[in-house]
Amino acid sequence: MSTPFDYTLASARDALRARKISARELTEAHLSAIERLDGTLNSFITTTPESALKAADAADATLAKGEGGELCGLPLGIKDLFCTNGTRTTAASNILRDFVPPYESTVTSNLLRDGAVFLGKLNLDEFAMGSGNLNSAFGPAINPWKRNGSDEKLVPGGSSGGSAAAVAAGLVLGATGTDTGGSIRQPAAYTGIAGIKPTYGRCSRFGTIAFASSLDQAGPMARNLQDCAILLRSMAGFDQRDSTSVDTPVPNYEAALNRGVKGLRVGIPKEYHADGMPAEIEALWQQGINWLREAGAEIKEVSLPHTKYGLPTYYIAALAEASSNLARYDGLRFGARVKADSLDAMYEASRAAGFGEEVKRRILLGTHVLSSGYYDAYYLRAQKVRTLIQQDFLKAYEDVDVLLTPTAPSSAFALNEKPSDPVQMYLNDVFTVPASMAGVPALSVPAGLDGQGLPLGLQLIGKFFDEETLIAAGHVLEQAASFTHRPTIHAGNPA
Amino acid sequence: MSLDAKTVLRTARLARIGLAPAEVEALQKDMGSIIDWVEQLNELDVTDVPPMIGTGLAKPRLREDRITDGERPDDVLSNAPDREGPYFTVPKVVE
Repeated sequence: MSTPFDYTLASARDALRARKISARELTEAHLSAIERLDGTLNSFITTTPESALKAADAADATLAKGEGGELCGLPLGIKDLFCTNGTRTTAASNILRDFVPPYESTVTSNLLRDGAVFLGKLNLDEFAMGSGNLNSAFGPAINPWKRNGSDEKLVPGGSSGGSAAAVAAGLVLGATGTDTGGSIRQPAAYTGIAGIKPTYGRCSRFGTIAFASSLDQAGPMARNLQDCAILLRSMAGFDQRDSTSVDTPVPNYEAALNRGVKGLRVGIPKEYHADGMPAEIEALWQQGINWLREAGAEIKEVSLPHTKYGLPTYYIAALAEASSNLARYDGLRFGARVKADSLDAMYEASRAAGFGEEVKRRILLGTHVLSSGYYDAYYLRAQKVRTLIQQDFLKAYEDVDVLLTPTAPSSAFALNEKPSDPVQMYLNDVFTVPASMAGVPALSVPAGLDGQGLPLGLQLIGKFFDEETLIAAGHVLEQAASFTHRPTIHAGNPA
Repeated sequence: MSLDAKTVLRTARLARIGLAPAEVEALQKDMGSIIDWVEQLNELDVTDVPPMIGTGLAKPRLREDRITDGERPDDVLSNAPDREGPYFTVPKVVE
């Protein structure tokens, strides 16, 4: 090992246990990388160096006794949507700019139980609403990747853009993300890392700031699937405090890594050949098909006939839920307040000042589709179409075990290339939204670079609670792609 | 199609979000184009299709009826934007 930044989460775990490196050394190295690079990347909203060093020292003491959980001493970043006891949690919104939760989310409690060291809270789109991390009250997070021969700033994707940028640049060994319609998978693809959106109900939503409750699901983001598997095992599990949490055992995902794909039936949904998709992405998809076939998988074309309705259905369902969830930010018991003479005027002024443009637009659309006279036409119809979308997947799974698709219809775009039409922006999620609507698990792995030198991802979508098969198939893709490229901005690069 | 200003303002009132006149104008256009786009769902026949409310993976469960948390007034009040002693303050509601 030449530098601490050559470790993966898994190899760092093994090195810590073998006492080849201490948790303090590892943590200090990552904190100094943040110090050096995050002025450019803006991947963190809050850093917690003091508590991180304290946790690292405690981890070293535990490790010295030959004890310690699976994540003992490993430096992670936490998307700033997970409530962390005593550490400011903002959801990248002005309305929560000074919010300090007096409790810990279940997912972060699980990571702490297993010994993880938190370096801080990571940037995101405000309330996880966006696909470019451009909607943050703390400024955009920047992708550590650059186009060949260009210094243009690119988005890291969103909403888990800070998580993706920090992992890709080597500032953390892994991070938490949340995925409502693609917010783990799309940024993972844009930054050349791996990310898993587990089955809905796999990770507890308790203490995670809600966007669309029937879709929100936490998951890991890391350099590869082995690292994601280790993190997911810690994050997942039944929780009494989330009524949608599913009481089913958490397997050792890492053990599934080398199962291979011999005899696995892989579906290729024909509707994902989107109009106007770059030829490079079509070619990479075909490459992925070939890789799986060569490894012994059986490839079958399948049909998901309602694919094109996924995005409009998502925007109705998710925004309706968001308008209801975000009603709690009223300037009364927590969050920023703008004083006014009447209660209604206080609500209106606090919410006008506290929410950003995209969040306001989404709350208003959600309110509109739920309002009297529109509920049946929009919201109820969308819930019915959601049934059809889920049935597409369940029917496909009668013939195949997993589905292979591209993760996103493009590589990362530049900050100033943001489409002015919100619908155009929403199209980034065209391949990720349907799996979210159905509640099935999905992951993204880096599979190659495009002609501009930017990473592209492939997505695998699986059956309910069959993350293990996804991880095994994803690992076959990882090995075939042998994606070892590093971004322009990386902690391990010479300064 | 653009939404009319009255609809945007009515929705903003329901959502308790104050809007500046320039915002109303932008929202008429943006909300209108998103609404037009979602209209494509009308192409589908959804007769007899049940609405999907959540994924149905978690089984409803009962728990013992006992208090599991509470008696933490300082925690509850710790993020109050304005308070007096152990109370949240609000603008005068009753004349």
